[in-house]
Amino acid sequence: MAQPDQVNTRPGSGAVLLSIGLGLGILLTIFMAARTSDPRYQVHAFVFMGAFIAALSALVLGLSSGRFVQDQGRYEDGVIRAGVIASLFWAVVGMLVGLVIALQLAWPSIFYFPEIGWLNFGRLRPVHTSGVIFAFGGNVLISTSFYVVQRTCKARLAGGLAPWLVFWGYQLFIVLAATGYVMGVTQSREYAEPEWYIDLWLTLVWVTYLLVFLGTIWKRKEPHIYVANWFYLAFIVTIAMLHIVNNLAVPVSPLSSHSYSLFSGVQDALIQWWYGHNAVGFFLTAGFLAIMYYFIPKRAERPIYSYRLSIIHFWALIFIYIWAGPHHLHYTALPQWAQTLGMTFSIMLWMPSWGGMINGLMTLSGAWDKLRTDAVMRMMIVSLAFYGMSTFEGPVMSVRAVNALSHYTDWTIGHVHSGALGWVGFVSFGAIYCMVPWLWKRPRLYSDRLVEWHFWIATTGILLYIAAMWVSGIMEGLMWRKYTPEGFLAYSFVQTVSAKHVTNIVRALGGAMYLTGTLIMVYNVWRTIAGHVRQDETGAVLVQPSASGPASAGLAAAQ
Amino acid sequence: MVHNDKDEVTGINTTGHEWDGIRELDNPLPRWWLWIFYACIAFAIGYWVLMPAWPGLHGYTHGLLAKSDRAQVAVDLNALKAQRGLAGAGLVNASLEQIEADPKLQAYALAAGASVFGDNCATCHGAGGGGGKGYPNLRDDVWLWGGTPADIEHTLRVGIRSGHPNARMSQMPAFGRDQIVTPDQVNDLTEYVVALSRRKANTAAVARAAPVFQAQCGVCHGPAGMGNQAVGAPNLTDRDWLYGADRASIHSQIWNARGGVMPTWEKRLDTATIKALAVYVHANAGGK
Repeated sequence: MAQPDQVNTRPGSGAVLLSIGLGLGILLTIFMAARTSDPRYQVHAFVFMGAFIAALSALVLGLSSGRFVQDQGRYEDGVIRAGVIASLFWAVVGMLVGLVIALQLAWPSIFYFPEIGWLNFGRLRPVHTSGVIFAFGGNVLISTSFYVVQRTCKARLAGGLAPWLVFWGYQLFIVLAATGYVMGVTQSREYAEPEWYIDLWLTLVWVTYLLVFLGTIWKRKEPHIYVANWFYLAFIVTIAMLHIVNNLAVPVSPLSSHSYSLFSGVQDALIQWWYGHNAVGFFLTAGFLAIMYYFIPKRAERPIYSYRLSIIHFWALIFIYIWAGPHHLHYTALPQWAQTLGMTFSIMLWMPSWGGMINGLMTLSGAWDKLRTDAVMRMMIVSLAFYGMSTFEGPVMSVRAVNALSHYTDWTIGHVHSGALGWVGFVSFGAIYCMVPWLWKRPRLYSDRLVEWHFWIATTGILLYIAAMWVSGIMEGLMWRKYTPEGFLAYSFVQTVSAKHVTNIVRALGGAMYLTGTLIMVYNVWRTIAGHVRQDETGAVLVQPSASGPASAGLAAAQ
Repeated sequence: MVHNDKDEVTGINTTGHEWDGIRELDNPLPRWWLWIFYACIAFAIGYWVLMPAWPGLHGYTHGLLAKSDRAQVAVDLNALKAQRGLAGAGLVNASLEQIEADPKLQAYALAAGASVFGDNCATCHGAGGGGGKGYPNLRDDVWLWGGTPADIEHTLRVGIRSGHPNARMSQMPAFGRDQIVTPDQVNDLTEYVVALSRRKANTAAVARAAPVFQAQCGVCHGPAGMGNQAVGAPNLTDRDWLYGADRASIHSQIWNARGGVMPTWEKRLDTATIKALAVYVHANAGGK
């Protein structure tokens, strides 16, 4: 190890620059709050102002007490610990809102509050989707990427305080987005609902994230870049591109919370679903494959199955995914040739998606017994099974003839949730269960038996959820297209809605079970952080933790 | 840190790289994976050859099968027309009475009407046509604008306060809000309407309200309060009212004078469908 790297450095010009930026931000938000006639915009100006003032105070306090010491011989783990806690917090919030809206669908007359407009389904649904995808999933991606890139590059995170700017900036984005949704601030673009000024803020945060990640790779002490980092980088770069293009909009005024899209008509729809599908592709697939590529071999203590497969399926996935968006617009005003391309590229995407599953599953060869003994391992492997299932179901549903039945039905909701609950959720839980003892230097989790409970309750919940949605989706699709012998539609829309009552109840039950599993996890993680080990569970340590710094890495490997 | 060695468990060579203890095996691509990938690509290429696929500067490749969604829609609609048979055309020429008298035409009209009602009318009038607060019940024999087949057809065609030039139109004045009568008179009139609908009311108030009713309300609702379908004025003696029959609802209606809107369907549904709907609604209502 090169000695100069271990010199402790203090944040210098970066912290000063950040302070100036925050000061200017406070002035800007005072102006925004004072001059706007849009009350919702004013609320957000105050949220920005509060966040900037808090950040500036923390910065000044930290700098004056000399606490921001950058020990280049150690990894930056504080921001990852914060990310793990934020992930779990947002998981509970996002899933709880999901349960509420599932109950609203199951019993619309009981869980309907006409006097409290912000509790309406239409306001809460984006809180749920953004809450679980961007707040929970995003925090998992940011914190695991910071963990993985440091360990696999043997370098401390680049950028001094910048990783903290990414973390807190991202939390601010989440708060602005969610409060905006309940107040009615929305662009009405699915998964891209936040308005223009929130989008600008996220762009700033995201570019900082990209620079931190690239900077860390740049100063790596390994000759090659590990496959997990390819996936993280693809995720960060592509999300930046998608976010910027899809949110190109003209604000009504710089002091208004409303804006109009730069695109119109079917072009607007195509841009939106180019974004929407690749949010699935690069956020929920590429990003979480990166997690898989580090935590599965690490936990199994086995080599990745095939380097060649990594390369081929990575490039195939990146190249093909970006074309598949038009399958969200089958049988619409979108020209048929564009629908053809969306469908055929989705079909070609099947094997590139499965490449990641094969590489993950086969990494277990020689360690299959861990499926039985290690619930965390089992959780990650089952996540790959759900990944395989939904990446097969996706191409099937993109076929125009199938889509004619499945589109706009609950089948789509079931498909999304088999991917979200099964794949994204479980691989994230697995990674967090791995990281918590490593990050807080605990010998093991508080309880492995609670992980078993989490696994079985949540798995049953997922199966109930997706089975209910298959039944109700296919039923509703068949009812919509059913004609009487005289040639008239057999069912009115409201009949198809009331026919879904039972399956909607089963769906809510499945969601409640999944949330229960998450609450068990929160308890388990909390006790682990507190340093407790459950009585009558004092088994051996399952996996050696990673080193805590570039300097000590050689030492850990030698043990 | 290069370990160009064999993995001891599987006997497969590794690539020699290692990151944080993670190594990679040098396994080839699984054959089945590769062949299915090729097959998917071949399918895609075949599909592009046959179907509309790639855009160019002027138009797009139409494919050997020359399929088109737009052409297919026309074919499907014609097929549907054929399935519905000649009865649809029969509806256009027959009068509503003729349709109701001809079992074949009537059965067709009822089937079509039920389907169209579910997708267009049920939103307000309820799936069974039972109505709700602000939306008339279509299953009883109480009609604001008339309940004969011809009345129903006309209402469907032009709507109520719909903006159509011939829409069924009337506007009850907001007697309280616009200070046409005094607040006390609104209270008295409320009692008067309660009494009209055969309920116990304050007799002094009813006596005070009688001349006001005749002067202000009788024009539309009739001197005896029996209503007038020509202007959509409800019968005030039956309590079968859109906005409620308790004192507070009556008071609010006299004060603010709400009136509902029904869209015109003339531009959205064709003549045969509107006739079928009229026959369907008429058949399911009581009387008239």
